[in-house]
Amino acid sequence: MLIRKAPDIRPSEITPERVFRDRRRLLKAAGFIGASALLAEARAADTIPANHRRLANVKKVPAPAGLTPNTFEEVTGYNNFYEFGTDKSDPAANSGKFRPKPWKVAIEGEAEVTGSFDFDALVSPHQLEERIYRFRCVEAWSMVIPWVGIPLGDVLKRFKPSSKAKYVAFETVMRPEEMPGQRYPILDWPYVEGLTIAEAMHPLTLLVTGVYGVELPAQNGAPLRLMVPWKYGFKSIKSIVRIRFTEQQPPTSWNLAAPDEYGFYANVNPKVDHPRWSQASERVVSSGLGSLLASRVPTQPFNGYAAQVASLYTGLDLARNF
Amino acid sequence: MPGQVQIRRVWKPLAHVACALPLAVLLLELLAVGPFRIGPNPALAIRDTLGTWGLRLLLATLAMTPLRLATGQAWPLAFRRLLGLWSFAYVLLHFVTYFVLDRGIELGIILEDVAKRPYITIGTAAFLLMVPLAVTSTAGWRRRLGPRWTRLHRLVYPVAILACWHYYWLVKRDVREPLLYVTVLLMLLGWRLVARRAARRTAPAARPD
Repeated sequence: MLIRKAPDIRPSEITPERVFRDRRRLLKAAGFIGASALLAEARAADTIPANHRRLANVKKVPAPAGLTPNTFEEVTGYNNFYEFGTDKSDPAANSGKFRPKPWKVAIEGEAEVTGSFDFDALVSPHQLEERIYRFRCVEAWSMVIPWVGIPLGDVLKRFKPSSKAKYVAFETVMRPEEMPGQRYPILDWPYVEGLTIAEAMHPLTLLVTGVYGVELPAQNGAPLRLMVPWKYGFKSIKSIVRIRFTEQQPPTSWNLAAPDEYGFYANVNPKVDHPRWSQASERVVSSGLGSLLASRVPTQPFNGYAAQVASLYTGLDLARNF
Repeated sequence: MPGQVQIRRVWKPLAHVACALPLAVLLLELLAVGPFRIGPNPALAIRDTLGTWGLRLLLATLAMTPLRLATGQAWPLAFRRLLGLWSFAYVLLHFVTYFVLDRGIELGIILEDVAKRPYITIGTAAFLLMVPLAVTSTAGWRRRLGPRWTRLHRLVYPVAILACWHYYWLVKRDVREPLLYVTVLLMLLGWRLVARRAARRTAPAARPD
């Protein structure tokens, strides 16, 4: 199915004032493209193997000062992607057979425009941006990662969700022959996730197609994944093949697996511990002997994005809705 | 069947080398020698590798008595203390790694961990229960304690149960490896119960420990 030529003012260009002001504040806070971003680029150029395809025409968005990205090797070698195995090194080791192209995404549910869309039809109408985000895993480790993608909201608006669209549900591809982890019922495959419509439309929520300026490697969720930087990593579903606008809160994989340990919201919150471990601090992933004696750092509410997103949860009991 | 001298001169040194091997690999990984790499989260990789080997060697220790009775040969008993002490060495280093590298010697946080995180509580208990076993593992202590030594060293059973439980409890979702160790432990303990019952029927005085 084709997406018709966009109207003169695309819905994506109409930004609510609150969000607009937030964006302003974010940019102001960032101030300048920090030395860290330049450093990251210099480092990345050295370390990215030549077989990774560079993405053209990527707009650089300033990163908050003080964020030093992890290396390409760390970002692509230390992953939780149970579809390829449960060890951190499994996704890089076991994803060689995975074919991210051609790729189709089914758009379903409470929207005017639905159907099956090619990767290019989804992505190419939009300007790719680089966003350097903190990434906080529910297992209490973290990284800083230069993602490339587009605001998810800009994409979703093209399908004209109806007033009944209160949530957005996502589903990962099911390919046990290419994803050896799916041959064991560690989770109830395929992996599913969900966001409220407000979370999905928030300008920080990114539909990611690349990292470090190159196409997303399989172990990072090729060819299309979410990045919701104020939530624990498992919310940012990978290798998406289905997006569904729903009226009811959709089921989510980790919540189904262990409802007392993983909630629907899963906002990073140092005050609400995982039943089995503390979320008050995190270990910043860093290779090399120097990191051995580096201590943990305190975890920030909403992973440091409270100024931008806390208002989404006004009146919500965050301890109960963990 | 190896003789006493051969065990002492050949097999025990080889067993020491085998037990030290995971530690050597860890060192090579840390120093990034050749193809060895520790990965992006060295502190946790060290902590987990040490803990896993501590548990594996503990189960190996517990396998020696059944092995003696199954083969009808005495030599497995010669390796029981060696394996047990190596297991303790790995567990001790596992604990030190957690204490120093993971928690940065912050006593408050560690006490909170031990009090609030059940898997750390039982892991710590298992480690503390191993200490008297390691201390009294010498021939001198064994002589001094007499029959009490055997009773004391039955602590190895709760230690092994707590250790398996600790591992099972801490994994996020994929319990296949911890379940493997639980299965091995249940086999080793179950074998003892069966053997004890059989021994009671034939000769009430003799029973495996």
